[in-house]
Amino acid sequence: MSTVKTALSDEILMTVEKPARYIGNEINSVVKDKNSISVRFAICFPDVYEIGMSHIGIQILYDMLNKYDDVWCERVYSPWVDLDRIMREKSIPLFALESQDPVKDFDFLGITLQYEMCYTNILQVLDLSGIPLLSNERDENCPIVIGGGPCAYNPEPIADFFDIFYIGEGETKYRQLLDIYKEYRDNGRSRYDFLVAAAKIGGMYVPSLYETSYNADGTIKDFKPLRDDIPDVIYKEIVVDMKSADYPTKPVVPFIKCTQDRAVLEIQRGCIRGCRFCQAGELYKPVRERDVDDMKKKALEILRNTGHEEISLSSLSSSDYSKLEELTDYLIEECSKKYVNISLPSLRIDNYALDAFGKVQDIKKSSLTFAPEAGSQHMRDVINKGLTEEDILNGSKMAFERGWNKVKLYFMLGLPGETKEDIEGIAELCDKIARVFFDTVPKEDRKNGPVQITASTSFFIPKPFTAFQWAPMNTKEDFLNKAFITRTAIVSQLNQKRIKYNWHEADVSVMEGIFARGDRKLCKVILEAYKRGCFYDAWGEFYKNDVWMQVFEDMGIDIAFYTTRERELDEIFPWDFIRCGVSKEWLKKEWQKSKKAEVTLNCKTQCSGCGAAIYGTGICIGDGR
Amino acid sequence: MRYIGHLDIMRYFQKCMRKADVDIAYSSGYSPHQIMSFASPLGVGLESGGEYFDIELNSGTSESVKNALNHVMVPGMKIISVRKLEDNVKNAMASIAAAEYTVAVKEEYEDPHTDPSRVGDFLKQDSIIILKQTKKSETEFDIRPHIYSFDYNGQSYRLTVDASSSGNIKPLMAVNEYNRFCNVNVPDKIYRVYREEIYTLKDGKLVSLESMGEEF
Repeated sequence: MSTVKTALSDEILMTVEKPARYIGNEINSVVKDKNSISVRFAICFPDVYEIGMSHIGIQILYDMLNKYDDVWCERVYSPWVDLDRIMREKSIPLFALESQDPVKDFDFLGITLQYEMCYTNILQVLDLSGIPLLSNERDENCPIVIGGGPCAYNPEPIADFFDIFYIGEGETKYRQLLDIYKEYRDNGRSRYDFLVAAAKIGGMYVPSLYETSYNADGTIKDFKPLRDDIPDVIYKEIVVDMKSADYPTKPVVPFIKCTQDRAVLEIQRGCIRGCRFCQAGELYKPVRERDVDDMKKKALEILRNTGHEEISLSSLSSSDYSKLEELTDYLIEECSKKYVNISLPSLRIDNYALDAFGKVQDIKKSSLTFAPEAGSQHMRDVINKGLTEEDILNGSKMAFERGWNKVKLYFMLGLPGETKEDIEGIAELCDKIARVFFDTVPKEDRKNGPVQITASTSFFIPKPFTAFQWAPMNTKEDFLNKAFITRTAIVSQLNQKRIKYNWHEADVSVMEGIFARGDRKLCKVILEAYKRGCFYDAWGEFYKNDVWMQVFEDMGIDIAFYTTRERELDEIFPWDFIRCGVSKEWLKKEWQKSKKAEVTLNCKTQCSGCGAAIYGTGICIGDGR
Repeated sequence: MRYIGHLDIMRYFQKCMRKADVDIAYSSGYSPHQIMSFASPLGVGLESGGEYFDIELNSGTSESVKNALNHVMVPGMKIISVRKLEDNVKNAMASIAAAEYTVAVKEEYEDPHTDPSRVGDFLKQDSIIILKQTKKSETEFDIRPHIYSFDYNGQSYRLTVDASSSGNIKPLMAVNEYNRFCNVNVPDKIYRVYREEIYTLKDGKLVSLESMGEEF
């Protein structure tokens, strides 16, 4: 009877839901000899295993760090609520999956920050690991806690919990950081000395070495380093040479079914589109394509190394990848030989896309997806979404002619300057699509049934580093009222029976809005909410809105200050010390243009001088044009 | 590995077929899937040294398929043998008659030290009635005819029980009944269950599923 080591006893593993979340040993997981390495790195996605395992960023860093001979990188996820309870009761420390050793014994704990609602789960992970929640309470025996990912672009609401934030793409600076760490550790230097040294590396923000002062109205008066020898602004790190950048061909394959149960090929980073609500679009500029021949080769390698039965392409806007057709055609041909499915991302609907979809999907079952984001052309101009009603109706018509009858549409409610007419435009657009169906497809050809349209709305949340970072956000009541207007407008359409409408919860959107543009004053709120039992806030069934509201009240923090307030153009934002390439001046111009519903052309058509060209790569130097 | 559910184990082997480039046959139709079926799902928490599944191959030999698969296995999982079944043989699941188990107390639990000397008396009983819980009611069920062999050396049990679709019983049912027979009452969780082998009937005798096929 052979046993693979587990940190949890058999009795516990037999008690909890999905024990395979906690045992490691998956295909391609990396096991090294503890005695032959120098740095132990725990990389954490602060949510449940199935969500965290689906994240490609972790796989990229896991692969990169484990290629270093002196480093062993292992994975950590949030234990599910059932195990969480048991670990607290029995004082079992949180462990990494590969070695099953306690996280507390590691040199680094790297936490990816993908969405604001995971902030309390960060505290859960630290707490279960036995690491003090506050950075200033940690000593030399604690791992260095480092955060990265999109939410690190406004790290202030969680600044107290991290030793370092890595601003930008993880591929560039870890080697340097680990080398300095080893040097300082081996020479017996203090944690503080190491953090100062780290703060001098590009992209590294050590929050404890900076201080903020506030005006009487709560806005920021000044933000500055506490030492002369560390930078006062921090530039994001990006991969400049994406063509020769590495990409993991042996990703870990989970035993249990995960959210993303397929091979994923990241074909490009960044986006040319410049939608004014989209944070990712700005953070990852300039758009950088990966080499198509390399992608073809890697696709086959990944499939061979994982045995996945499906492969998908990942990027912010795959239609803009200059070699998309070449790559897709190649994959369709290769994959059909091996009975591997291809899941195509939401492409711009044109003849090519429909041909490709027709080859890889069952038209009867699949649906056509559009993301107009707003119901009226005026509002689409405001948000700079270059998708017209004509595009949508033509695309639908082409698809209906080929046998599709299901259409999904995604919209946002609560966009800046939104009127009742803009909202009602959502219903009208859906109705027009239904009319196109009935005009296009004669009765006798409707063998898959009549058209089915699904419209979904989410609530708009202004994010840092977007043109709308100055914009007021709607209140919960506004949101729900707008969802009601949408529903009313839909049921008054001629084809209302063909339209299904879904909308999101408003409570969580408000909370996300607070943290997205929050400042350091929120650290104590998050800490207190966690102490009162909030975690897994991203999961509707565990989100405790009343507890959060009470904490804000008890802490004397005004929610409206973060959400509904329109920011002055000269206000200093908590994230202003971070430079993501795109300049604040350019964003200001975009904000003002949006108020006049003026559009800005995409990067391929014409450079708008956003500032990302300082990185001297990608589309800014003509690549992929 | 014992914490991974049956469906996930199946998905694991489907992936291994692709990883190992085994020339497995696919069903026809819009979404083809590998032709593969497992003999008997192993419950979560159980270990085994004798699991079987059937696949249909287009090409390959016992040796090549075994080696290719073992090359991609994770620690704790191993292909022991690959045998060819004649076309007229029933699939693995349909042909199961019995399964043999080793049952022992897990290290972390205290051994109740049930008396081993009463095995003979235990087996001499004409019937061993247990109450089977169903969703709505309890029914009486005689497990004695379904226990084919039962040994206990004071430390571990070795037993062969009915595993056919019509009369299968769980190994711990028999172990628990023996404990009760000796006036010992312990929960299931203290035992570690290891499936040694799965049997089918050939000319009225139990033979391993493996012996039904031949090297190729």
